[in-house]
Formats: sequence, C-alpha cells, structure tokens
Amino acid sequence: MTEQMPQDSNKKLIIRLGAIIGGMFLFAFALVPLYNVFCDITGINGKTRGQALYQDERIDKKRVITIEFLTNINRGMPWEFKSTVKSMKVHPGELNEVRFYAKNRSKFDVIGQTVPSVAPGQAALYLNKTECFCFDQQPLAAGEEVEMPMKFYIDADIPDDIHRLTLSYQLFNITETAKVASVATK
Amino acid sequence: MAIRRKLIAGITSLLSVMLSGVVQAASEMNMRPGVTETSQAAYDLHMLVIWVMVVISVVVFGAMIYSFIFHRKSKHPTPATFSHSTKVEFVWTIIPILILIYLTIPAVKLLLEMEDTSESEMSVQITGSQWKWHYKYLDHDIEFYSNLSTPREQFENFKESGAANNPNYLLEVDNELVIPVGTKVRFLLTAADVIHSWWVPDLAVKKDAIPGFINESWTKVLTPGIYRGQCTELCGKDHGFMPVVVRALSKPDFEQWVLDKNAERMAAEKAAEAAAAQSWDLDKLMALGKTTYDAKCAACHQVSGLGLPPTFPALKDSPIALGAIDAHIEIVVDGTQGTSMAGYGSQLTDAELAAVITYERNAWGNNTGDLVQPADIQAFKAGNK
Amino acid sequence: MGDHHPTGIKRWLYTTNHKDIGSMYLWFSFIMFLVGGAMAMVIRAELYQPGLQFVDPNFFNQMTTMHGLIMVFGAVMPSMVGLANWLIPMMIGAPDMALPRMNNWSFWILPFAFTLLLSSLFMEGGAPNFGWTFYAPLSTTYGPPSTDFFILGVHMMGISSIMGAINVIVTVFNMRAPGMTMMKLPLFVWTWVITAFLLIMVMPVLAGVVTMMLTDRHFGTAFFDAAGGGDPVMFQHIFWFFGHPEVYIMILPAFGVVSEIIPAFSRKKLFGYSSMVYATASIALLSFIVWAHHMFTTGMPVAGELFFMIATMLIAVPTGVKVFNWVATMWQGSLTFETPMLFSIAFVILFTIGGFSGVMLAMAPVDFQYHDTYFVVAHFHYVLFPGAIFGTTAAVYYWLPKWTGKMYNETSGKIHFWLSMVFVNLTFFPMHFTGLAGMPRRIPDYNMMFADFNMWASIGAFGLGLTQIYFLVTIIMAIRNGKKAEQKQWDGASGLEWDALPSPAPYHTFDTPPKVN
Repeated sequence: MTEQMPQDSNKKLIIRLGAIIGGMFLFAFALVPLYNVFCDITGINGKTRGQALYQDERIDKKRVITIEFLTNINRGMPWEFKSTVKSMKVHPGELNEVRFYAKNRSKFDVIGQTVPSVAPGQAALYLNKTECFCFDQQPLAAGEEVEMPMKFYIDADIPDDIHRLTLSYQLFNITETAKVASVATK
Repeated sequence: MAIRRKLIAGITSLLSVMLSGVVQAASEMNMRPGVTETSQAAYDLHMLVIWVMVVISVVVFGAMIYSFIFHRKSKHPTPATFSHSTKVEFVWTIIPILILIYLTIPAVKLLLEMEDTSESEMSVQITGSQWKWHYKYLDHDIEFYSNLSTPREQFENFKESGAANNPNYLLEVDNELVIPVGTKVRFLLTAADVIHSWWVPDLAVKKDAIPGFINESWTKVLTPGIYRGQCTELCGKDHGFMPVVVRALSKPDFEQWVLDKNAERMAAEKAAEAAAAQSWDLDKLMALGKTTYDAKCAACHQVSGLGLPPTFPALKDSPIALGAIDAHIEIVVDGTQGTSMAGYGSQLTDAELAAVITYERNAWGNNTGDLVQPADIQAFKAGNK
Repeated sequence: MGDHHPTGIKRWLYTTNHKDIGSMYLWFSFIMFLVGGAMAMVIRAELYQPGLQFVDPNFFNQMTTMHGLIMVFGAVMPSMVGLANWLIPMMIGAPDMALPRMNNWSFWILPFAFTLLLSSLFMEGGAPNFGWTFYAPLSTTYGPPSTDFFILGVHMMGISSIMGAINVIVTVFNMRAPGMTMMKLPLFVWTWVITAFLLIMVMPVLAGVVTMMLTDRHFGTAFFDAAGGGDPVMFQHIFWFFGHPEVYIMILPAFGVVSEIIPAFSRKKLFGYSSMVYATASIALLSFIVWAHHMFTTGMPVAGELFFMIATMLIAVPTGVKVFNWVATMWQGSLTFETPMLFSIAFVILFTIGGFSGVMLAMAPVDFQYHDTYFVVAHFHYVLFPGAIFGTTAAVYYWLPKWTGKMYNETSGKIHFWLSMVFVNLTFFPMHFTGLAGMPRRIPDYNMMFADFNMWASIGAFGLGLTQIYFLVTIIMAIRNGKKAEQKQWDGASGLEWDALPSPAPYHTFDTPPKVN
C-alpha cells in the first residue's frame, strides 16, 4: 500500500477512534465524581452531604418525623459503638443533638471512621448535619472512651410521605490506611 | 426425509419439555407462590410472562416448523423472491411493543408495592458477614448470630453420614429469625465485610447487604411456618453455606418467644458470669477448646491447624498462636480488618473464647503451656488495661 | 493473485496476513474453549450430586471465576475476531485488514495474557475466586494475591480487543471495493462494524474500572471502599456500563453469521436488509442505557428501577425484528438442512428462548426472585452457547470450504449438530428449574431438592464436553482428508468470497479490487 490518500484517511480515522478510546477511559474515572454529583443532587443511595449550616430555618411544628439511629461495626474494629438514644421524634427545621458513645476496648490505639447511610435513600437529601463525628477520622487510644455529638436538622420541605428516617453509622478501622496516608504526606 | 422427521421430533420434544415444565407448579421446577401478598403477586406475574412467551413461541417456532416441512427444497423447489415488506415489519414491531406494555403495567404496580417500606410495625437490622447472618430486633432487646447448623461431616461425607436423610441440609441454622405473622416487618440490611444478599423465596424478599450502607426491605407473612433461603451474592469461600431461615409465628406465640429469648439471654449472662468466676484447668479448656475450634474455626483454619494460606493462615507454628497472648485474644475477639477473620467476641461465650484460644496455643505441637481464663476474656472485653 | 507465503514458526510469529491471523485467532479461541470447558467439567462434576466430593469451596470459586473469564475473553471474543479477520477483507473486496502489523500484535498479546491469567491457578492463594464480575470489595480488599495479575491480564486482553476493533472500523470505512456502498455490505460486516464501535466505547471503561481496583488495592485510593468515602455499588455501575454492551459484543457477530447462512440455505435474499441494519444499531445503542438491570437488588431507588426495567424490555423489540426477519427469510424459500443451516436454525430457536428468560429477568419485581440464581445462569448460557457459540460453529462449517479448499463430512457435521443440540439443552434447560426452585449461583453444594436437575445438567455437560472433541476430530479430518471443495460450495451462497474467489482462497486476494455492481 503505497498510495498517499488511503493512508491519510486511515490516519485521520485512527486518530478519531483513538480520541473516543481515550475519552471513554477518562469517562470511566469521570463516572466517580459524576456518580457523587448525581447522588448529591438526588440524595439517591442514602449518602448524606457534608457539613451544613443552621440558619433561619423555618420550624414546621405541625409535622413530626421519627429519626432512628443504628450503629454497626465493620470487620476488625474493636470498639463499642452505640447511640445514646434509639430514636427521636423531631420537627422539620428544628436543630437537634444526639450523642454517640464509642469505646476503644482493645489494647491498641485505633483510628476509626464512621460512614453514614440513610434509609429511605431519598430522605438523605433532607437530613442536614451541622456537626458530626463522621466528618473526621476519630482516633482513640487503647481503653479510651468518648461521647460524640451529632447535631442535625431535617429540612422543612421534606416530602409529606416521609414519616421516618433511619440513620445508620458503620464504623471502620482505618488505622492502617491512615498510617500509610500520613507517611505519604510526610 | 429422515432428517425432516428428526427435526420435527426434536423441536416438538423441546417444546413439550418447555410446556410441561411450565405447567407444573411443583416447587422443584417452578417459583413458589410463597406466603406473602407480594410473593403471590410475583408468582402470578411470572406465570403471566411465561404463558405469553409460550404463545409467542408457538407462533414463531410454529412458522419455522411449517417452513421446514413445506418450504424445503424437495417440496418447494422454486423459492419466492420477496425480501421486503414495510407493512409486515411495522406489524411485527408494534405487536411486541403492545405485548411489552401489557407486561409492564402489572410489573410497575408490583415494584412500587415491593419498595414501599412505610407504615411498618417492627424493624429488624440484618447484618451479613463472612459467613453468617446477624439479626438485631430494633423494638426488642434481642440480637443474635445465625449460623449454618448442618454439621460439616454431612457435606464432607455426604453418603456415609446419611445427609440424604436431612431434608434441611444446608438450609438450617442454629438461631432462626423469628417474626410475627400479619405484621409488616421492615428489614434494614448492611454488611460487615463484603457484599452479601439476603433472600427468602417464600417471602419474595431479596436485598443486597452492602458494607457501609443501609438497605431497606419489608415483608408481611400471612401463614405461620418456617421459610428457608440462602445468601445470593458471592461473598467468598462459604457463600453457599450461610442460609437464611425465617420462622413466622402467630402474634401470641411471637410475644412468648420474645419473653423466652429475654429469659434465655439472662440465663446465658448468669452462666457466663459463673464460668468467668471459675478457674479452668488445662484439660477442661482444651476439651471445650477443641469442640469450639472444630465447630467454628476449622472451616477455614482446618482441623489440622494448617489453614489454606495465604488467605486462611496456618495456626500450627503461627507467630500469633506462639506470641503475645493479648494480640492473639485481640484477633479472635475483634477479627482482622480487611480479611475474612471475623471477630468472635459476641459470637462465643467468654468460656468458649478462652478455651479456643488456649486450644490454639497448645494444640498441634504449639505447646506454649499458656492458659487463658474466661475472666481474662471478660476483662479484655471491658477494656481494662 | 499470490500464494507464496513464508514457512515455519516465523510465518506465524510475524504474519500480517489476515487469513493467517484469522486462523490463529480461531485455533486459539478453540483451545481456550476447551480449557474453559475443562473448568466447566470440574464445576459440573462437583455439582453432579449434593455434598463436597471433589474440590473445596475456595477452589470451586476459582473454577467458576476462571471459567467465566476464559470463556468470555478467551473463547467467545477471540473467535469472533477470528471470523472478522478471515471474512471482512474478502467480503468487501479488500486485500487485507487496514492495519496488518497491529493485527499481528492484537493476536499475539492474547497467548501472553492468558498464560498470565492461567498461571494464577498455581500462585499462592490460587486464582481469582470472586466471579468473572469481580465485585468490590470481595475483589479489592479480600482478593487473593493473584488479583493483580488478573488486572494486568484484563488490561492486555482489553488492548488486544481495542486494537482489533480499530482495525475493523478502519478497514470497513476505508477499504471497500468501488461500488461496495455501506448499504450493500454483507450483514456480517455490518454487525462487526457495530460491534467494533461497542468495543472502542466500553473496553476503555473496563480498563478504567480495573485500574481503579488496582489503585484501591495498592495506591491508597478508596473508589469502592466506604471507609474512604467510596461505594462498592459504584463498582457495579462502572463494571456493568462495560458489562452490558459486552454481552452484545459477544452476540452481534453471531447475528451477522446467521444472517449470511440462512439466506444461503433458503435460496432467498435476507428479508428486510435495512431493518436488520437498523435493528442491530438500535440494539447497540440501547445496550448503553440498561446496565443497572444487573443491579436491581442493590437498593436502587424506584425511579431507577423503573427506568432500567423499561429500557431493557425495549431491547426485545429490535431483537424480535431480527428473529422475525430470519423466519421471513426462510418462509417460502427453498430450504436444505446442511450442517451450517442446522446450527443457524438452532441458534434462532434457542437464542430466542434465552431472550425470553431475558425479558423475564428485565421485570424488576420478579427479578428479585431470579437474580443471582441458576435462572440467570440458564439465561446467559442459552444466549451464549446455542447463541454465540453455535453461531461461530455454523460459520466454521459454512466457510471451511472457502478457507481450506476442503469439505467436511456432512454426516459427521450432522452428528455433531444433534449431539450438541441434545446435550446443550440437557445441560442448561434444567437450570431454569433449579433457579426458579431457589438454587443460588456460585455454590459448590446444595440441598436435595435441587439434586435431580443438577444431575441431568451434569450429564448433559459431560456429553457436551465430549461433543467438542467430536467437533475437533471432524474439522481436523476435513482439513486433512476432506473432499475438494467447490468455489461456490453452497449453491444459495452469495457475496464476493463465493462469487469472486476460488476455494481455498489464495494467500493474497483482491490485490486488485473487484468491481461491485
């Protein structure tokens, strides 16, 4: 094949196809933030948002929403972890506080990370936390115990058909990964 | 000639197998109608789709078989020449769309019902881990692990052990999930390590248990009875060995069960106290240790203590079993993050924990001479330094 | 037209000839088919009866995982590429593929990739054991050490597929003989062009997700780990975004094969050529928006479930159009039933049955009862074995005379067909029942209520395995001792390869492009 023209058109096509391939590879990675943005906007998947501000919120005294608190522990996490109350009845728009108790009953210093998850998933959009131990890593020395506050309010425009939220916290042992990360940043 | 007959015979028999299989509602061949309104509705929708498919098959395969007989070269030497017909194509595009719409309507309705967890009367938190379920009743102070109770011996020596006579082989557990009938029970599912999935066919409930996240489902059982299911998401070695068993009791029987469970718990706490107060000698520890080890640990670490490295380390000559006692207790009680080693702190009594750790430190020639007492475990769990 | 070619091992290592490369792909895929099949034999031997008789559960999980990986990436996909290599240049009047050297690399990557993958069976911790779908965190956090080699292997296979797809597109777009317009292309070429676009769109996504797995495992990321702010379900979204189009990648070329063979043995043109093209393109487009039908039990919101349910059911429409068009091709034709036609007819019937179970699976509220059970296993084996594989088998019988100049023994071919027909149904039809009765996937042992049908499935599987040996012998005998083939071996065949090339086709063909009217 020595003719110029077919080789040129081949090259052009290959470059275009290459662009699609590169684009789709990046798209796979882009799915990560896209997924998070989608979850954020729609509240789907029960992922709660980051820290919220409590400002001039209208309190809807006519409605009462039950919020339940669940705690669970991931593999290899030697802490006790429970909420001080099983559930609360709150008005939308009202700022409330619930405290969680954690104790590192092992003989080792452990760093924990709690991950929140809300059911039903759509309700996560309406749960605003102004203060939460889940925003940060939580180090506890061997034998140390702590009561951690969580302050939240439920949006006044939560849909009428939601009467109950279940907020579940799962506690993970991230001592190893936190160690690696801190070494990496040194 | 012979070929034509064979072809017809083959296709006819295939269709008959399909049809006969479809008509039989025996639980061995078909989905069960189950014991809830949603399971019944799912079964009805399933049968509807099957019949629709049967009708379509008869028409389409019928046309093909007709062609095989009447349009074969020996019978039909001059082929037609048409290769196009917009009208016909339009018809066979529209008809499938209509059929699909016909099927979608009940499907949407049923899906919306199945996903509506509101107005539930009771909640149970279900946590999947390798390779068992954990149930926690949120409205009562009851929680427990649910392990496969079919003895290993039965699956390792199926014929000799007479396992064929066990109708609940691989579908039985030590502690069943007990719920009241006629009550909308909500399930909150999560997992402690990898993804599992909780399924009971008779309830038509299947939901994934995902580590770090909570999923909801619900059921309302109409008939008392025992309903069995299995984990339905590959979760490692013993994925096939973590069944789900739900026992539905009448409301009064359920109330009684709650009382009994509470009494049981208090008795177990007393027994643990008593055991902790005693000082156990090596023989007593090794005996309880061996039975506990064989029942709970040998599945992964093997009866011989040789394990299946690297995923399931050997305990014989292991640095953990021969090294510091605290580190050993830590692993047994709390598990190891990122591995299949779960924490047994709440799955075994303090006496069992002490015994099994003692056993591991002295069996298979490990011979450390260490004794771990139930009181040591109690102190460890309390977090005393 | 030339027939000179190099000899010896150098011929095969350095060849840039599409016919040689096509043959290598086909033989490689058949070897992988036997390897994957051997693993299936291990699985079916263990599942023959309740109890754990032969293997431990961890090894069983390695077998199911490797069986899936080898069949999908080592048998089905390369076999389709083999057909593409042999047929596309001949069908469009081109002398070779557009990028012959890249073509060589595309092939030779595969033996390396699969040696790497298969060697993981002998590594400490064993081979990957988390299913061919390798969900996180089972594969990321809890996978054996060989997982990293698995990731490397997948990257290599992906590169091979992507290069092959580029080659197909450039060849078909730029190298058609004058007069061969797109709407005159044989349907096999159309289905492969569409498949190639699917490949370049989704193989990079697979590369992305396994890279994310690698960084999660070793470089401190937490894409799929909730502790680090990630989400295991996101893995499933990214994987299935690749995974669903992947299954259409595996079947579309078989649609093309059957669309060539049925008209030939019906002695009648393919009914509705343009609809067939548009239907194939519709299926490909729809395949991008249905991925989460694999995830109905993950806790998706209802709106998502509804969308994916309806989009998935829609795919039945263009697929139905194709089936009806094949039936209409046969209708009022003049049919004979040589081996390629038998396999093609079986394809239409049995793929349709697989399609029915697919529609059932699409319906989310009932999918809750089917998902992750043997009902799904039955479904995809129906569309893959009597689907993709019968398609390739039909192609081999149909074009063998053109490739080798020798004819296979028709009686042997028919015996192979009937053995396959009986055993494939005996193996996979009972799985619908065990699944409906409640048997989950990926378990090495089961309760007695599933025993009878498992026994039948295992017997069928052993028979099906032996049948492949029969197939191999039939083909080898044909190549060595077959009767001399005609240029137009099948009187109803059409296309440049039949009309303009002798049998066997010479090493170099169409050095001068033919004129197409």
